[in-house]
Amino acid sequence: MFDLTLAELARGLQGGEFSSTELTRAYLQRIKTLDARYNSFITVTEEQALAQAEAADAARAAGAGGALCGLPIAHKDLFCTQGVRTSSASKMLDNFVSPYDATIVSRLKTAGSVMLGKLNMDEFAMGSSSESSYYGAVRNPWDSERVPGGSSGGSAAAVAARLTPAATGSDTGGSIRQPAALCGITGLKPTYGRVSRYGMIAFASSLDQAGPMARSAEDCALLLNAMAGFDPLDSTCAERDSENYTAALDQPLTGLKIGLPKEYFSAALDAGVAEQVHNAVAEFEKLGASVKEVSLPNTALCIPAYYILAPAEASSNLSRFDGVRYGYRCAAPVDLEDLYKRSRGEGFGSEVKRRIMVGTYALSAGYYDAYYRKAQQIRRMIQQDFINVLTEVDVIMGPTTPQPAFRLGEKSGDPVAMYMEDIFTLSLNLAGLPGISIPCGQTRGLPVGLQIIGHYFAESRLLNIAHRFQQATDWHSQIPTGVEV
Amino acid sequence: MSLDRSDVEQIAHLARLQIDAADMDAYSNALNRILELVDQMQAVDTTAIQPLAHPLDAVQRLRRDEVSEPNQRDTLLALAPATEAGLFLVPKVIE
Repeated sequence: MFDLTLAELARGLQGGEFSSTELTRAYLQRIKTLDARYNSFITVTEEQALAQAEAADAARAAGAGGALCGLPIAHKDLFCTQGVRTSSASKMLDNFVSPYDATIVSRLKTAGSVMLGKLNMDEFAMGSSSESSYYGAVRNPWDSERVPGGSSGGSAAAVAARLTPAATGSDTGGSIRQPAALCGITGLKPTYGRVSRYGMIAFASSLDQAGPMARSAEDCALLLNAMAGFDPLDSTCAERDSENYTAALDQPLTGLKIGLPKEYFSAALDAGVAEQVHNAVAEFEKLGASVKEVSLPNTALCIPAYYILAPAEASSNLSRFDGVRYGYRCAAPVDLEDLYKRSRGEGFGSEVKRRIMVGTYALSAGYYDAYYRKAQQIRRMIQQDFINVLTEVDVIMGPTTPQPAFRLGEKSGDPVAMYMEDIFTLSLNLAGLPGISIPCGQTRGLPVGLQIIGHYFAESRLLNIAHRFQQATDWHSQIPTGVEV
Repeated sequence: MSLDRSDVEQIAHLARLQIDAADMDAYSNALNRILELVDQMQAVDTTAIQPLAHPLDAVQRLRRDEVSEPNQRDTLLALAPATEAGLFLVPKVIE
């Protein structure tokens, strides 16, 4: 049962092979038994899960129930969940019980899904390894000495270890796609504005986007159907009609034009990763696609531009955590400034403090033009590169990450080494474009991710392309060694 | 340019972050490494390029000036570290 996808579980529930209550109990038991190995959950919501499962079973018996009726999922712990702790993996919010649901949480609830719990992550989604969590590092199910990626590392590890069939994630610079790649699962970052950000704890508001993480493109499409769509509560949510993302999954790929950016295949790319990505591209040619080399000349500049823009937005967003209205407050403050400084100094971890300081510096008087404005100009250049290439080809393909999963502690001492991990993913957030990472092979026993980048609002096409690949190959159904199902 | 210890102390003050004296050198080093990385931008000619603030070049959507939220004062105050008489409590600001 634990190796079934969401789509397969939905058929099982429909056919009466098992009830949602049975399914939910089984997953809760599995989390209890196995998650000590991975540390992927921060909070398990057993009571609520069983209540939701019972309600789903009752709805199904009455001939009602939404598209995800009775299907278990889990949420990254930066999505607000009413009555349940929402920590963003920070000491700052360890005591924060959200008074409301994020829009995607309420939409997935309305569709009938059952919430198993809240998933571990890098603190405030700042990181690429899920080591900076206040609740301890997450471990990769493929090799427990390695990181699952980040920041949605708990989501990716839990799906790969079959502790939940699917999860939500958020992606500001690669936080859905990079952990999906490192854990061998499928993760979609939609176009900026496609999915509501309401109730998602903000990191960098012009870059943040929520998306689905699951075992297949088909499952991601099922989840996106419930998650996407206009929301008046998010002022940057795109005013577009909802789509049915499962409708076009089976379309043939004949005539698909794929661009391979030469900058993504430099000598610095791990040879094993390069080989697997080239094999995947060859598979797409067999499926009827044509391939040509393209150029994204400003690729390397995405890292410096991002590490001004994201910290600048973060320093502003995280100013709300002041020890006054909610969250952590230091003991015995002598005055208001002491209350602010010690609550923030003690409540935030070191990477969060570093980024707040970088952002504060970049926005401080006298430095704005040299840093913030310059980074925004480079952001336009990066966007223009993509727009140019996407007139020549339908989609861009390349590796999701420069290497497979790295060892715990390998990069945590050097923030800049960690930042390089996101070189292929950051630029999509800067441009606001959608991208999906799918498992496309293995090297040295570790999964390799293929990133497929599309034009604005081309999620349906990306899911279709990923689905056809998954119909022709079985990389997405590989089970990590040592994970029993 | 490189930040010295007093620059980093000033930035921490602006950000209202208490940094332990023992950690100050580590933060200075990390910040300087990060600034060295972002300084790669300075070599790029960006003359005449319009800054991009938002990927969709969207405009702020407006709504009618009508009350749409229920009063949740008690729920929200319950989350605060300290309250009194329906207000958030902080150390005395004016003597």
